[in-house]
Amino acid sequence: MIDVLVSMKGIDKHFPGVHALDTCELELRKGEVLALVGENGAGKSTMMKVLSGIYARDAGTITYKGTEVEIPNPKAAQNLGISMIHQELNLMNHLTVAQNIFIGREPKRFAGVFLDEKALNRQTEELFASMHLDLNPRTKVANLSVAKQQMVEIAKALSFRSEVLIMDEPTAALTDTEIDELFVFIRKLREQGVGIIYISHRLEELKQITDRITVMRDGRYIDTVETKETSTDKIINMMVGRTILQATPEVPENASQEVVLEVKNLKRGKALKEINFVLKKGEILGFAGLMGAGRTEVARAVFGADSIDSGEIYIHGKPVKIKSPGDAVKNGIAYLSEDRKQYGLTLGMDVEMNTVLASFSKFLGFAGWVNTKKTKETAVQYVEALSIKTPGIEQKVKNLSGGNQQKVVIGKWLTADTDILIFDEPTRGIDVGAKSEIYKLLNDLTRQGKSIIMISSELPEILRMSHRVIAMCEGRITGELPIEEATQEKIMHFATLRNEKTPGVETQQTQGGPA
Amino acid sequence: MTTDTTPQKRSFFNSDATQKLLAFAGLIIMFIVFSLASENFFQFSNIVGILLATAINGILALGVTFVIITAGIDLSVGTVMTLAAVMTGMFITNLGLPVWLGVAGGLATGALAGFANGTMIAKMRIPPFIATLGMLYIAKGLALVISGLKPIYFTDTPSFNQLAMGSVTGAIIPGFDIPNAVLIFFGAAIIAHIALTKTILGRYTFALGSNEEATRLSGVNVSAWKIAVYSLAGLFSGLAGVVIASRLNSAQPALGAGYELEAIAAVVIGGTSLSGGEGSILGTVIGAFVISVLTNGLRILSIPQEWQIVITGAIVILAVWADILRRRQQ
Repeated sequence: MIDVLVSMKGIDKHFPGVHALDTCELELRKGEVLALVGENGAGKSTMMKVLSGIYARDAGTITYKGTEVEIPNPKAAQNLGISMIHQELNLMNHLTVAQNIFIGREPKRFAGVFLDEKALNRQTEELFASMHLDLNPRTKVANLSVAKQQMVEIAKALSFRSEVLIMDEPTAALTDTEIDELFVFIRKLREQGVGIIYISHRLEELKQITDRITVMRDGRYIDTVETKETSTDKIINMMVGRTILQATPEVPENASQEVVLEVKNLKRGKALKEINFVLKKGEILGFAGLMGAGRTEVARAVFGADSIDSGEIYIHGKPVKIKSPGDAVKNGIAYLSEDRKQYGLTLGMDVEMNTVLASFSKFLGFAGWVNTKKTKETAVQYVEALSIKTPGIEQKVKNLSGGNQQKVVIGKWLTADTDILIFDEPTRGIDVGAKSEIYKLLNDLTRQGKSIIMISSELPEILRMSHRVIAMCEGRITGELPIEEATQEKIMHFATLRNEKTPGVETQQTQGGPA
Repeated sequence: MTTDTTPQKRSFFNSDATQKLLAFAGLIIMFIVFSLASENFFQFSNIVGILLATAINGILALGVTFVIITAGIDLSVGTVMTLAAVMTGMFITNLGLPVWLGVAGGLATGALAGFANGTMIAKMRIPPFIATLGMLYIAKGLALVISGLKPIYFTDTPSFNQLAMGSVTGAIIPGFDIPNAVLIFFGAAIIAHIALTKTILGRYTFALGSNEEATRLSGVNVSAWKIAVYSLAGLFSGLAGVVIASRLNSAQPALGAGYELEAIAAVVIGGTSLSGGEGSILGTVIGAFVISVLTNGLRILSIPQEWQIVITGAIVILAVWADILRRRQQ
């Protein structure tokens, strides 16, 4: 006898210009982890927002434990026992851990006006004890690591005694140990009969934690399959509607050996110590390392976003002073932040404006008038060249999928005539299908003679894309490997090589494997 | 996992507390400098003058503190204060109602204007700057219309003047004549402090300013609490209106413009962040005193009033700059 918790049938949802959900369905059973997968824009998040009361559906029915229900707002979902943990953490940074967890249902005294802070902290402590989570309820959330903030979110959802838990990319910001910890929780919840809907782009995780997998594509329901009986290739196939060749590293012959960028003795406080490296024309230089290893700091220093204590930067052999991102762009350097929405794009503006934003002076005519004909032509040109999926160049960038937003950012920097592109986590939050398109784009760029620094936390990505790999740990470069010699194990060895045992760089070390 | 177990004691010195200490240190330094520069400064009568001068702006700033912590702004507090004063005058002098009813009417006028602000912002989704700018004009205009452009005097009801200018402390301890207006300000500040730190309203005030969307998704009725916050700011404007009418023994319909900016300045000097989520009543009280001590001290030193205004502006900028420098260090 299968105990069905949630059944959604014939769900329809329209947004202006988009048919987001077209007669979609989903069934969640008691005590199972159901993966919900699909490319960005497939409708997973919309579906879950319908279930958690954030969006109202246009048509269809939701059945909860056998009775048809209406879920007009998030509070109604909570009352039913449906909680959602959002991908973008929804915490109030200025409040403490306990205040965050019990927001909206604080213990009160004296006619329900005054807060009972003691009871609040005690209840939180009890909750943490039951979760085996070691966290001080009185700590301000702003002072926690992202991983810990994630734990607070989960604790909050659990505190509702939820029977349905929706997790949107819960592991995106967690380290491997923390992921294991999270999976232990999830399994415990499953044993207690909680139904969990698990959205993830990391397909390898699904094998570990999920029981069944529901696939969506282009706002439609495709199928639901048993995890055990389905191969990852089959899932990808269902997601994109075509088969993708699995990670075959393309290493084009590194014909040109001209050094375009050389960094010497770059130092910045504790964040960067003695950074030395070169970037050659037409190559992809991968920067591997754990979170907080200093990779982004290198990029920001080279790009002039952070001031440096000392060090020299040479471009095409000439020393240059880069004191601001403006200087960097003049020298042909572009930085594509991992946080596209905050640093890469003006979301409220259209594709055309975003494309020309970094090189606006090129489009100014007489007396500062903007040559709109030229901006339009340029935007159209890049939409075609980068195959950006958009209804038109007037489309606001916020309405595009993650992969297409990334392409707009690339288009912006190409318009600005930059030839050294620093990509920070280029495929973060981008689905499988669009990922391979971005990879292809990176390879195309190097063929055109652009040079790329690619910071990535995903080792398969580093191994697939890079021509050369630099590993960092705690603000210093700990190793450098040509791609032929790079393996996950070697890179991890360097990426965890802490303390002062590495005075210089262990360049191209072939024998020094992990101890 | 020992890294995030920040003890309570440390939090006294980091973040908000530092800014308050800075403002407080500035206040003490000003006291010392002015006392050394002129013997007229540190006199009981002058200190009472400073306290009295702080009361009105201080009461307004209390309400503005709540609004700014939600990452909003209220430009209407000054003219709403005037409208409340005029309404009080109309109730007491023109309609001949009892004083207590007139006072209640003044308070209600302020709260109602605040409620209207909150409704426009929360329900009609008009940006706070615009909604309260509109209310600034509406309240100003209504005050002129209702008063018929003339001040309303409270000559028939001497007890009303005693409300602000009498002294409860003087009655208890002879010679210690601190005007009631000042006591009302301190009382209101204590209530505001408790409301901000100990009540559900205060908690949601910070939550709204910290992350409104997250607060909404937690099932909190964000609109209702926003309306409550603006209504509270309106109520404080109403209180200021009653106090200023009582103090001047008249409702002056042309008064009030400019008060909102001074109130915002007090809040900002006190370390409340315009981006929301941070702030305190103690900081605001200190901020209000910084402005009035500065004005008073410079006047005693015979520095022209025009220059006092310039210096006040510079202090606001310095206070915020100090705050930014502190944040950058963290």
